[in-house]
Amino acid sequence: MHQQRIGDQPWLRRLLIGLAFLLVGILLVVPLVAIFAQALSAGLNIFWVNLSDKYTLHAIGLTLLVAALTVPLNLVFGVFLAWLVTRFEFPGRRILMTLIDIPFAVSPVVAGLMYLLLYGSNGWLGSWLMDHDLQLMFAWPGIVMVTVFITCPFVARELIPLMQQQGSSEEEAALSLGASGWQMFRRVTLPNIKCALLYGVVLANARAVGEFGAVSVVSGNIRGETNTLPLHVELLYQDYNLVGAFTSATLLAVLALLTLVVKTFLEWRQQQSAR
Amino acid sequence: MSIQIKQISKQFGDFQALKPLNLTINEGELVGLLGPSGSGKTTLLRIIAGLETADQGQILFSGKDVTQLHVRDRKVGFVFQHYALFRHMTVAENVAFGLDVLPKQQRPSKASIKQQVAELLDKVQLSHLASRYPAQLSGGQKQRIALARALAMQPRMLLLDEPFGALDAKVRKELRRWLRNLHDELGFTSVFVTHDQEEALEVSDRVVVMSQGQIEQEATPQDLYQQPASRFVYDFLGGVNVFEGEVCSTAGHSNNRLQQGKAWVAFPDGHKPQAGQLYLRSHELSLSNQPSATAHLPLTIKAVSLIGAEVRVELEPLDWQSPDLWEVVISHSHYNNWQPQRGDTCFAQPQAGQLFTKNKENQPLALNWTKEHLLIKTA
Repeated sequence: MHQQRIGDQPWLRRLLIGLAFLLVGILLVVPLVAIFAQALSAGLNIFWVNLSDKYTLHAIGLTLLVAALTVPLNLVFGVFLAWLVTRFEFPGRRILMTLIDIPFAVSPVVAGLMYLLLYGSNGWLGSWLMDHDLQLMFAWPGIVMVTVFITCPFVARELIPLMQQQGSSEEEAALSLGASGWQMFRRVTLPNIKCALLYGVVLANARAVGEFGAVSVVSGNIRGETNTLPLHVELLYQDYNLVGAFTSATLLAVLALLTLVVKTFLEWRQQQSAR
Repeated sequence: MSIQIKQISKQFGDFQALKPLNLTINEGELVGLLGPSGSGKTTLLRIIAGLETADQGQILFSGKDVTQLHVRDRKVGFVFQHYALFRHMTVAENVAFGLDVLPKQQRPSKASIKQQVAELLDKVQLSHLASRYPAQLSGGQKQRIALARALAMQPRMLLLDEPFGALDAKVRKELRRWLRNLHDELGFTSVFVTHDQEEALEVSDRVVVMSQGQIEQEATPQDLYQQPASRFVYDFLGGVNVFEGEVCSTAGHSNNRLQQGKAWVAFPDGHKPQAGQLYLRSHELSLSNQPSATAHLPLTIKAVSLIGAEVRVELEPLDWQSPDLWEVVISHSHYNNWQPQRGDTCFAQPQAGQLFTKNKENQPLALNWTKEHLLIKTA
């Protein structure tokens, strides 16, 4: 008789799998369904009215703008940083790698406060900016700034381990075969990190769209001006407009689901092409 | 294309990877850089290729200074230790890469590139794998593709970093021969790095032995084997037995002996006795049941292994010291006549060896006993 591994007994396996499904159901599926149920509880008509509310539309626009600015910035910054710390040896490299993680370690609210103290009208840089008639805090640039801060580790964090593991020999091979720096990057580096890069972008995007804490500190919650979707959800909730709050929440949920679909599709395609 | 290396040195942090060194590699030569890991051989190869920059010194290709030339402009074929094939490209795309990235004016037409790739794949006998991905190839196949890729840009120089390091023994041997033939056929200058002395001695026209960022010796394989210049080279080439002794003139002993306890080796006639370490290769010794007039080296047999064309006997010094076990190679006929068993005692008789006198790392004293041995035999 062969020795059974742990979990080999059918009843244990069934129990564990059942438990996993139960937890996923309670923690993930039920709340997701609840959002949609709540949003549609007063009927499609009210859902539509809430959706086409001018402040909601503005919040959607602002959120998309923030994501559209943040994600490309992160993409470039993340690739550059990962490239720097994995391909070069320089003093302070380790410190730099630790610094990348600061946005993960610091609470988003604290991050927002830091920006407020620095760039607010009473802040060190803020007063100079005021003199030059530049307002960053309580305006969309501030929201973009803190979102960049919050999301900046995602791309780099995805890339660094991969690039470390892959090493630089393929890039060196490309150079020794006469490739220019750009040719090397486009034809060798980029295809090799494509998957991780995409994953990092998807994560950064999800976070940029959904960030609440840091944004709420610097935005000032001005309806129709500096309200992003997550902030809008909270405002509506505080207004006792439950259906409205959940309607906006469905938008965030749909965005999240879309992100997942895109990610899964990209991964599937990657596997197809790599076979 | 000849390569001239002048006073090249390199430091990584606190580690001196290369001490200033000079080396000239002639046009059409196949040179092996041999050394243990950390000896600087790969660093030197990468500096020649331009993948690493030297802290000081100059590199000349056919007399032209290329020290400041970027790797992409040096037109050097470089084969990486783990092949570094582009994993997301097919074999054909890998081989075509060097041609694909040429500036537009110099780039051949698509059809011409395709044809050149086909020819190269034919040359490395892997045409049937053109549409495979690197992950689907064996180590030996990857190595050939890496070579074909490097050859695509028609380099006048081929640099190979541990080209056979990750392959199994049979494929290694085959590829070694193949590389040698390819080198002779295409007539470029080749430099390869290896830590395997057998590989270096078999393939190279000339071997450069390196240790701790310095060149220990450069010589043809024959010269290197016959006249290792230093203790390090001797040790590194391997298969060597060491007998350390003093010259003593205590009563009862003749004073022309290298002595350690009761064990001794007499100096051949015409050599001044000196204390030191006697290096004896495993095939430069014979074994017998009796001590001879020129040596008294009792040994206990620890193991006998019949491998290939010869019989290898592992021995432990009996009542004297040696840093390692001794190893002596005898012929099958000798083995059959003698039938040594584990635990038997026997005596070693040196035929030729090199004596490194105390505190001297190089210029060993060559000693030869064959004549006297013959004298004794005929007597």
